[in-house]
Amino acid sequence: MRLFVSDGAPGNLPVLAAACRAGARDKLLISTVGPEECVVPFLTRPKLPALKLDSGHYLFSSSAICRYFFLLSGWEQDDLTNQWLEWETTELQPVLSVALYNLVVRGKKGEDVLSPVRKALIHIDHSLSRRSCPFLAGDSESLADIVLWGALYPLLQDPTYLPDELAALQTWFRTLSVQEPCQQAAESVLKKQGALALRVYLQKQPQPSVPLERPVSNEPEEDELSAHTLSEEEIAMAVTAWEQGLDALPPVRPRQDPVLPVAGERNVFITSALPYVNNVPHLGNIIGCVLSADVFARYSRLRQWNTLYLSGTDEYGTATETKAMDEGLTPQQICDKYHAIHASIYRWFNISFDFFGRTTTPLQTTITQDIFQRLLSRGFLLKDTVEQLRCERCSRFLADRFVEGICPFCGYEEARGDQCDKCGKLINAIELKKPQCKICRESPVVKSSQHLFLDLPKLENRLEEWLSRTLAGSDWTPNARFITRSWLRDGLKPRCITRDLKWGTPVPLEGFQDKVFYVWFDATIGYMSITANYTDQWERWWKNPEQVELYQFMAKDNVPFHSVVFPCSALGAEDNYTLVSHLIATEYLNYEDGKFSKSRGVGVFGDMAQNTGIPSDIWRFYLLYVRPENQDSSFSWSDLMLKNNSELLNNLGNFVNRAGMFVCKFFGGCVPKMTLTPDDQRLLAHVTLELRLYHQLLEKVRIRDALRCFLTISRHGNQYIQVNEPWKRIKGNEADRLRAGTVTGVAVNMAALLSIMIQPYMPTVSTTIQTQLQLPPAACAVLPTDFPCLLPAGHQIGIVSPLFQKLENDQIESLRKRFGGGQAKVSKAEDPTELANPEQIKLLTDAVTKQGNVVRELKAQKADKAQVAAEVAKLLELKQQLALAEGKPPEPSKGKKKK
Amino acid sequence: MAAAEDLTLLEKLLGLRRGNKYSAQGERQIPVLQTNNGPSLTGSATIVAHLVKQANKEHLLGNTAEEKALVQQWLEYKVTQIDGHSNKDDIRSILKDLNSYLEDKVYFAGNNFTVADVLLYYGLHRFIVDLTFQEKEKYINMSRWFSHIQHYPGIRQHLSSVVFIKNRLYTNTH
Repeated sequence: MRLFVSDGAPGNLPVLAAACRAGARDKLLISTVGPEECVVPFLTRPKLPALKLDSGHYLFSSSAICRYFFLLSGWEQDDLTNQWLEWETTELQPVLSVALYNLVVRGKKGEDVLSPVRKALIHIDHSLSRRSCPFLAGDSESLADIVLWGALYPLLQDPTYLPDELAALQTWFRTLSVQEPCQQAAESVLKKQGALALRVYLQKQPQPSVPLERPVSNEPEEDELSAHTLSEEEIAMAVTAWEQGLDALPPVRPRQDPVLPVAGERNVFITSALPYVNNVPHLGNIIGCVLSADVFARYSRLRQWNTLYLSGTDEYGTATETKAMDEGLTPQQICDKYHAIHASIYRWFNISFDFFGRTTTPLQTTITQDIFQRLLSRGFLLKDTVEQLRCERCSRFLADRFVEGICPFCGYEEARGDQCDKCGKLINAIELKKPQCKICRESPVVKSSQHLFLDLPKLENRLEEWLSRTLAGSDWTPNARFITRSWLRDGLKPRCITRDLKWGTPVPLEGFQDKVFYVWFDATIGYMSITANYTDQWERWWKNPEQVELYQFMAKDNVPFHSVVFPCSALGAEDNYTLVSHLIATEYLNYEDGKFSKSRGVGVFGDMAQNTGIPSDIWRFYLLYVRPENQDSSFSWSDLMLKNNSELLNNLGNFVNRAGMFVCKFFGGCVPKMTLTPDDQRLLAHVTLELRLYHQLLEKVRIRDALRCFLTISRHGNQYIQVNEPWKRIKGNEADRLRAGTVTGVAVNMAALLSIMIQPYMPTVSTTIQTQLQLPPAACAVLPTDFPCLLPAGHQIGIVSPLFQKLENDQIESLRKRFGGGQAKVSKAEDPTELANPEQIKLLTDAVTKQGNVVRELKAQKADKAQVAAEVAKLLELKQQLALAEGKPPEPSKGKKKK
Repeated sequence: MAAAEDLTLLEKLLGLRRGNKYSAQGERQIPVLQTNNGPSLTGSATIVAHLVKQANKEHLLGNTAEEKALVQQWLEYKVTQIDGHSNKDDIRSILKDLNSYLEDKVYFAGNNFTVADVLLYYGLHRFIVDLTFQEKEKYINMSRWFSHIQHYPGIRQHLSSVVFIKNRLYTNTH
């Protein structure tokens, strides 16, 4: 049998000790593998140590492995051992992993380490002393002792964490530690470095969460009101906050123009990944960066933090050149055209940029060349000759994205020249097997050319140092941490920063005049130049790491450029740049059951969303509801309908509307007097609790989870109205009418609070509610951490009308059909490569060129107008055919504009 | 609490006289069995093994060392990964793993039916009933195993029978 271990995995200790103790050690073949290696073929997450039995079965639980060794030696299972082993996995491990993580990875000491495990240690101590047995399951040491000892050893070998008052535990631990099998295991695993030997391994593991934390579930629970028992203090505090009313609100900070960092304030600088200009963004791009960042920016402003939110289009590179060729425009014209399309889509989605810029500006050149010169003079650039793929038919060097072939690592057939979509590994384009030019499908040839490289290995130490400072206690998403670590683990290599292209930032160096910077060297610098185009005081944001907190939003494929490549350039340039504090990366959003992909052209695109008749807030809500926060998720038409009808219409919309209607109908639009009963006070406390959770989650940028909070509040509200039936009580006696007033007043105040809470998610609906309720402007701009009475008795509200419309099945079905009944039609309409008929396209392209020459010649000869018109008509006809063959929508007007 | 219900179902399957009382401990509501002759037992995997022995059906705990270790491993998996989880993303990734595990296996411990199959069936039932046909088809091996186990005499009891379609509906998704 083969035991797979990873250096420093805590599970190694009990397993090795048990193997020795049970005499199974010499039957073992031990293989050491990396901490993230998926040894067990059926498990998605790596699990180590793991034992592969001769039968082919795997044991992946450390305690099952230990048990197996003991079973082999003839040991019989018993209840008490079972109980200890179960306790170890279910109770001890969760708290112990927190303690070890705090100690080893976060470098904490004392109580931070001991307090999570104290209860568990006391449990062992009491069991030992109560039964007055030296060992856990009897008079001699056995499986239970080995498993628990192995788990605890890394922590308890430091006497600091073995408190004197736990005498029985101390004796037990010391007795075991001197035994031969344990000593051997301890030595081979910890290598005399103590718990630090686990560091490299634990760093690569997800941060364990403190158990018994209130779980944040996806689907709201049925009876949440009873889920949390409120304390008297919580209720009293909620009532006090309520009574303070509008006075409790902090003053609204006036918005500056331009927004600049202010000393002593929280300066939140938010960027979303720069969308590439060569295409229309799809829903996956929108949720991945701009929309997610927008929610956080809006939230940040509601918190009165000094907030700047910027983005812009990324415009340089081959893709633009090619697109320009396709459309018969210059690269600059393409950029202008698509920049406008992007800007208008984001405007429609209500993205609250302070500035939406672009990368093709003179300041981009200035700043990029400055960073380049600094890197050059500090010796962080290398020159080297590169073998590059050149397509002879297209007569151009092929940029990475213009080559496709078979991935040399995993064999995926549609790997791109820079990265494999399947295994995520970076690829050097010439390593691709069977490379093809993406434009003409010809096999390219290898040619050499001189290039400049960023010497990442030389900068690795600085990067490591910066990362270890930045990551601790930050809100980097787990995938961003993981991707960054795996890059570092594989070791950094020099990275080419120049390209043989024309459309880009020129390289200011002798011998490189005909080259430009590789788009990934200068695209991330785009954030700076865009800021510089926004304000000439841009350096106050970008050279101010002490005062500025930088949040960068992106999809996970962009992580390495923001966490490794760009920080290395910035660190090497030594100009005190502001580097990312919180890197927020999403997973991918799929379309129905397929893949959204810009390069493959599959999915619903931003401009199409506008033509569905569904308001942008509904799109925002749904995209945020399915935001791929922890793993990939899917856009589905029927789910969109369901969420709109159940959550927005029946839950949120219904509640807000009823609350407002009651005020209008029963109280003449004037908020009634409220006398709170204990039940109402409890409701306030529940709302406060949910509001606090909302804040906690959004502070950690858990956007999707926070959305559940306001839905829960409105669910509480609906229940509250349903139980108290104000529409009946209003017809009753004096006391009943008073009660109806209180219920209506509390409900409409909850609606007011909700209007602020939903602002980051559905800004238009938020404004509509606030207009309907005539919420004072001071209250609209600030989201308090408690729930004050925002609409006091006597406040006059406006006209109330329904907020949401039902989406009907027919409507959704026809939309689904219109967008291609899934991705099939959409992909045809968007992706030329899917048509896979290059011969036909080639023939048509040639015909268009030929006909174009004919027309030009006739014009040059000043030929008869009718003749020219006839030839032009032929040319347009051919162009249209070509467009159809390439799967692009025919644009008859384009040909005319050009002429 | 789900874990205690699973134990009651198991007792019935094993033909034990009803007589065991379960209390629940702590925030996770860990089942505790007060045995007639001895100290109480805490933890559902521990209680499962105890009940099987009580019913003299020890073969259900596995015959060889290998089977025994596998049975305990999967009981542990149920307790740590499945019970108390309601996050759909987690469940999906669990189903994916189990599906891949069962690709070349009839039962969890290999070729013999064991108590691991029983408890995983009970633990997974509440998720499987909510799956769409498409999802069931996605987890085809897990579905095959589940459908097989639910037809074992005496296992299903009051739990609803889950319908699986034999012909594939969504061939294009694979």
